[in-house]
Amino acid sequence: MELDFSPVWAGLPQLLRGALVTVEVTSAALLLGCVMGLLIGIGRLNPKRRIIYSLCTAYVAVIRGTPLLVQLFILFFGLPQFGILLPAFACGVIGLGLYSGAYVSEVVRGAIQSIDRGQMEAARSIGMSSGLAMRSVVLPQAVVRMIPPLGNEFIALIKNSALVSLLTIHDVMHEGQKIISVSYRSLEVYLAIAVVYFILTGVTTLVLRHIELRLRAGGMVQ
Amino acid sequence: MSNVTAMVRIRGLRKSFGDHVVLQGIDFDVQPSQVVVVIGPSGSGKSTFLRCCNGLEQPEGGSVEICGRTLVKDGRMLAEPELDALREEVGMVFQGFNLFPHLSVLHNISLGPRKLRGLSRAEADTQARVLLDKVGLAHKADAMPASLSGGQKQRVAIARALAMKPRVMLFDEPTSALDPELVGEVLQVMKMLASEGMTMMVVTHEMDFARDVGDVVVVMDAGGIIEAGPPETIFTNPSQERTRSFLQAVLTRT
Repeated sequence: MELDFSPVWAGLPQLLRGALVTVEVTSAALLLGCVMGLLIGIGRLNPKRRIIYSLCTAYVAVIRGTPLLVQLFILFFGLPQFGILLPAFACGVIGLGLYSGAYVSEVVRGAIQSIDRGQMEAARSIGMSSGLAMRSVVLPQAVVRMIPPLGNEFIALIKNSALVSLLTIHDVMHEGQKIISVSYRSLEVYLAIAVVYFILTGVTTLVLRHIELRLRAGGMVQ
Repeated sequence: MSNVTAMVRIRGLRKSFGDHVVLQGIDFDVQPSQVVVVIGPSGSGKSTFLRCCNGLEQPEGGSVEICGRTLVKDGRMLAEPELDALREEVGMVFQGFNLFPHLSVLHNISLGPRKLRGLSRAEADTQARVLLDKVGLAHKADAMPASLSGGQKQRVAIARALAMKPRVMLFDEPTSALDPELVGEVLQVMKMLASEGMTMMVVTHEMDFARDVGDVVVVMDAGGIIEAGPPETIFTNPSQERTRSFLQAVLTRT
């Protein structure tokens, strides 16, 4: 048995177009995931605010406790039963974003809670409201601590995005499978797909490391 | 007692953590420009007492008034927005400095005035430089807090509190986390503030400071004030046996 990569080369424009879609889906989902994660994470800081805390906790429990594929299928195949017909791309972004948000929220919460209580107290003692103190004192410090675990989440998100190929989104996975269906060169094409994901996750890792170093160089030695 | 003019007025202040009673009904007045030094064995409730005076701790009962405005009444705190506004009048300096590590020394000081008083960056920075000069750290304006010594950090923290132009300054063991040779520079700044007429409440173990700078020395034990009076009286002729034994324990350390 020998390897024949010619279908990969022939299908390269298709694969690259798919890679672009993968980047689009994951970037949009990443944005949504970060916004959700920030809101949910902050919502889970104070158990005394019962309603918000319970809602956020329930969100994390449900999203983390069920498979992403099931969530995506509910959005794409399930919601139309209620007349809610979202485009495939939207389902992919919303599904991945909400899923990622649950994990990001734990990163956010952990980082915020790792900041010394004295920071909040010092900010409050000069008259800042809790919101202002959070925004201008606690969060800027917490963000630096979020970056390494966020890197994990972003990488997981990129790889999980392969599932949206099942929602008829023409991402790199989907395009690859189309090539396989006519060339029967599974191994070669899947290897090529793996390389694409590896490059995407590698670039993400490098960018985040760069950001982290920049922030640390900003004087936040702790 | 002329309560009308009191800068800080405390009545029946009670606080407990779970079953542990930390403050059991404290009554006390601080007059304008007075320096009140609070001493006592550890666990006597000194810090909690101080933290109740700017609402960092919520008491269960009693009242606290700052400059005639009610901070706590019958154990109920002022609503958040008014509480925040009142806190601007009460500066606080912490044992652990609590400088903002992500901001330069200058911006540690100018952050509050910019965000809360609506000062422009330039105005706030100019004011911050004046305050830095006052605490002897004009040359550290652009340094990051991590590069400062403990004494320098605490002086920046004092400048940060002063930037809000408070009517009262609270000091919670401001020199307890410092190496011995750095204590002096912080006490120096506090003495300067006292001489300028700042109303101060200071929780400390620095008995010399209490003696030299304090107008009133408050001795606390087991969540209550056991004795209060001018330093001469407290240090030379205390009326309470517990004061005597506490002072003996601290003053004969060396």
